[in-house]
Amino acid sequence: MLAALFFGFAALLVVTSLMVVLHKNPVTSALFLVLAFCSLAGIYLLLRAEFLGMVQIVVYAGAIMVLFLFVIMYLNLQHDVESGLQIAVRRGIGWFVGALLLLVGGALLKRGWALGPANEVLPDVEQGNVAAIGRSLYSRYLFPFEITSILLLVAMVGVIVIARGRTRHAGGRAGGAGGVGGGA
Amino acid sequence: MAALWSIPAVQTATWAFVKVMIILNGMLGVVSYLIYAERKICGHIQARTGPNRVGPFGLLQPIADVLKLLFKEEFIPANANKVIFHIAPILAVFPAVVTFSVIPMGPPPMFVATDINVGLLLFLAMSSLGVYAITLGGWSSNNKYALLGGLRSSAQMISYELAMGLSTIPVLLRSGTLSLVGIVENQAGWYALGRTPLALPNWGIFHWYLILPFVIFLITAFAETNRAPFDLPEAEGELVAGFHTEYSSMKWALFFLGEYMNMIVISSIAVTLFFGGWHGPGLMFGVHGWLSEGPAWMGLVWYLIKLGALMFFFIWVRWTFPRLRYDQLMGFGWKVLLPAAIANVLIASVWIYIRGGM
Repeated sequence: MLAALFFGFAALLVVTSLMVVLHKNPVTSALFLVLAFCSLAGIYLLLRAEFLGMVQIVVYAGAIMVLFLFVIMYLNLQHDVESGLQIAVRRGIGWFVGALLLLVGGALLKRGWALGPANEVLPDVEQGNVAAIGRSLYSRYLFPFEITSILLLVAMVGVIVIARGRTRHAGGRAGGAGGVGGGA
Repeated sequence: MAALWSIPAVQTATWAFVKVMIILNGMLGVVSYLIYAERKICGHIQARTGPNRVGPFGLLQPIADVLKLLFKEEFIPANANKVIFHIAPILAVFPAVVTFSVIPMGPPPMFVATDINVGLLLFLAMSSLGVYAITLGGWSSNNKYALLGGLRSSAQMISYELAMGLSTIPVLLRSGTLSLVGIVENQAGWYALGRTPLALPNWGIFHWYLILPFVIFLITAFAETNRAPFDLPEAEGELVAGFHTEYSSMKWALFFLGEYMNMIVISSIAVTLFFGGWHGPGLMFGVHGWLSEGPAWMGLVWYLIKLGALMFFFIWVRWTFPRLRYDQLMGFGWKVLLPAAIANVLIASVWIYIRGGM
């Protein structure tokens, strides 16, 4: 049962990921990426990582991809307007990175890479792993956690500064940090 | 047959299937009469009688409506993206149905389809997927009004989702679990008011630090279901009919169905988080609460009473308040609701820490 579910989700993940790259229409590609995220969430659920699975859907499928779609629809990308040279360079880089990935994957498989977690220490089923993640996040990994949040805050302030700089051509940049709520 | 039935997995799967069928068909029936109720209530609010021609008190009106919708001609615009145009209405219904599988409608195991330990997260995940239906429906119709409605709705729903997620955190702090059954069981029994002999049911809403989260949750619920006063995606005065301008026949009906199903789901979550779910004074008071007597189906009755009251409130608000302007809507979401929700998380956690709740 579990194996069947795993192979179902895995096959869906592979097919949808391929469609993301191969499909011509950018909106359809983005939608296949949403489907890929959802099947990845299914695999997380099978690994008993419920929290990760749900957060995957909330953050990637529900928020980030909506913004992506927003941008794609806004730009209304229909056809390539690039010269042949640019396309050739891009394809060359693509082939190189793809070959590298294939090599790394082959090496991993050859070294006996196995499915599932390396050590079978799972949190007890009743409690789930939400509490376990919270505990380790706020004890052992507190410093990286706080650093990440500060990084996000910096990015947020940066975005506001840039946006204000564009709307008011002069003198807008100085008040950026203090003007979080004042984006008139 | 008997040998097959003795396998536990088969039994579980069969019962799950039966419950899913009951929930799905029950929802469809409830939605059609919810629309009838909405039309009746709106009529009386506006000093009219509402539908009263088909059957006694117009009770057969929903059946007539559905039949009409089924037999109407379906129209697809010339340059629409056909596949996405077909998928969007399905996406409008599916998150609501999935979320309903984790909502406890009565005491477990009878009235709970599944009890997973991330039930609340599943609700948040599914409500975040609800944006796609409207955005894609608006975009694929190849109509500028529909596109504007779709874009408005995605901005609105993303903005209000944050405040909604944050408003549920004090509830989690209090109950210490993400399972919806666990959250309801945490609200069993009575809650004494200081040293007075007065007592209130131990529901979330009767704890002072959960009143503001409830208000925030309710406001964001209106925004997430695209109901007035936040129905900007389909503001008919400026956008014809918004994202579903080009939809007709059953596809349009699916959008309508999705809106009402979302209303039921979000009201159920509000009942679960803030109104003690299936608990009710006098009749049935939970599994390990004081006065734990009465049959299990009384829990279902209490749940339905609370749900009905909230749904009435939803309809009441829609026909009472005018629509917000778009910039007011975004400003309110980001500058009022979000800071208030964050401040409340802080206050609630400090209070729970002082009281030694965790």
